[in-house]
Amino acid sequence: MTLGKSAKETNMDEQTPKPDPSLFEQMRNRLTPDGLPTDDRGRMRMVVDSLVLHLHPAKTEVNSMKWTYTWGLGGLSALLMMILGLTGIVLLNNYTPAAPQAYLDILEINSNVWFGELIRNMHHWSANLLIVVAVLHLIRVFATGAYRPPRELNWLIGVAMLLLILGANFTGYLLPWDQLAYWAITVGTSIVSYVPLIGAGLGRLVLGGPEVGANTLLNFYSMHISFIPLAIFSLMSYHFWRVRKDGGLTIPKSSTQTEDPKPERVTTIPHLVHRELIFAVAWTAALLTFSMFIPAPLEGIANPGLSPNPAKAPWYFMGLQELLLHFHPLVGAIIIPTLAIIGIFTLPFFDLNAKSVGVYFRSQRGRSLTVLATGLALISTPVWVLLDEYLLNWTLWLPTWDTLISNGLIPLAVILLPLIFLDDWIHKSFKADTEERVLFIASFLFTSFIVLTLIGIFFRGPGMSLYFPWNMPVH
Amino acid sequence: MTENTPQPQNVSRRDFLKVAWALLGGIATVETAGVFLAYLQPRLAEGEFGSVIVAGKVDDFPLNTVTHIPNGRFYIVRIGDGGFLAVYHRCTHLGCTVPWDSTAQKFICPCHNSQFDQQGVVENPPAPRPLDLFALTIEDGELKVDTGNIIQRQTYETAQVVYP
Repeated sequence: MTLGKSAKETNMDEQTPKPDPSLFEQMRNRLTPDGLPTDDRGRMRMVVDSLVLHLHPAKTEVNSMKWTYTWGLGGLSALLMMILGLTGIVLLNNYTPAAPQAYLDILEINSNVWFGELIRNMHHWSANLLIVVAVLHLIRVFATGAYRPPRELNWLIGVAMLLLILGANFTGYLLPWDQLAYWAITVGTSIVSYVPLIGAGLGRLVLGGPEVGANTLLNFYSMHISFIPLAIFSLMSYHFWRVRKDGGLTIPKSSTQTEDPKPERVTTIPHLVHRELIFAVAWTAALLTFSMFIPAPLEGIANPGLSPNPAKAPWYFMGLQELLLHFHPLVGAIIIPTLAIIGIFTLPFFDLNAKSVGVYFRSQRGRSLTVLATGLALISTPVWVLLDEYLLNWTLWLPTWDTLISNGLIPLAVILLPLIFLDDWIHKSFKADTEERVLFIASFLFTSFIVLTLIGIFFRGPGMSLYFPWNMPVH
Repeated sequence: MTENTPQPQNVSRRDFLKVAWALLGGIATVETAGVFLAYLQPRLAEGEFGSVIVAGKVDDFPLNTVTHIPNGRFYIVRIGDGGFLAVYHRCTHLGCTVPWDSTAQKFICPCHNSQFDQQGVVENPPAPRPLDLFALTIEDGELKVDTGNIIQRQTYETAQVVYP
């Protein structure tokens, strides 16, 4: 009759009626009515009927499951969220959000709680990995043009989730209440005070006082365990639902292909579900192994009177802190990041050409331009950092100018002008179209930001001076 | 009401109610936001940082010295002519605690190498403005510092100095 003629209906055709099931059998039958399906119809029915599996369609496009197309990055993000939720919930049972008890509780978790250190390590490493994986997921979607209509709304939701993930990481960073946490959050939250007009009030509200203290710990704790996870969970559900509403994943194409590949669909069970299971088990095992051997960092208890040298923000904000070393704070901490976030949010609307969806880097020319942009950024960013560190001194050369102009807007213009010339050059010399120009500019800026982050993490030593990582003085 | 005379543009009852409801809803939203904002305002504890802290007696501080008062988060700076400044020990760049380097006679921030002279004026960026001050009063020879009252400044002026 319909798709899922189940085993129960077949049973009714049998001549001899079964004896009444026992109470135990009744309960078991209610929980797993038909046992596991053995035919394709039953498998499709199972996907449609179950709460979790119905996130998938009953049948999945074979081409969209190509491993080297998605790299499983969205699924891995979801898995990490699950691990973080689970380990986070159990960590709550051994943690008090008060100073200095928070730090003592972490010591207790590390030494006196069964598997306490393992669970804390898992939570720590999963959280850090999640940032990397979520950013890679964003790059994958951008590189394959998978954010084009009708998927631009899901791009916006994804970027919003990335910001929430950063918020979750940042609020979690303070909770161990050690020196690392205290000063990273002090440096990180001081950036807020540079927001024009409302900065000071906003900073006070976030910190619960003029500086990081007991109120800050409680504020961050409450955000970390209630609002942020709730918001991420809601958006995640919506994100998954939209993937299906928008017609599933985009289909990979090679740059030489002109027409879409022939559609070929297989049942979701077992083809997709088994892949997901194997992938999840493998990653969980890898994380578990890593967490058994590499402990999460923990320094001495927070001491508000003693800033370490150097004092660094969390690693994912080191690119931002590097910008602060080169620009007036209003430009480095507010204008550039705000423009970057607006740029990322509106990216799909600059780039509405749908002809290359599913092709990595748009086209053959797009591929060459990406290599060119990445190479240029890899060379020019360190050169600019070195120049600015040792040669350029705008405030000395323009002593009567406001530092916002001399140390902010002028260097910004000096950086943006070559970018405009580059864009013009690839447009004229390589006949690059709009989507390839967007790709070129975005690759350049993104690579620059990664290089800045790496310089901040590995090359900045005491007094935030430049050192080689193998030459770093221990302070 | 005849059909020939033009009717005044009356608002229908339905439209009026729509606008009224929207307005009330808007007011309720603003009020709720206000309640939450007020609720989230930081609370201050007596005798701790944020309240008035007694730093010591005038005679405790020799001329031309800088003394750290850790629980108040500030330095008592006594300049050469006997005047006092209460300088917040927090760097105006990114909030690190700035130690006083007595050999260099400077405040030198460990985080980004901002440097300030004895009065807290920037000698080396990236700090965008001098170190902040706290309101300081002298009563019966005792220095009282209101750590809830942070004073931001762009330059050093003699009016900032408090004399016993």
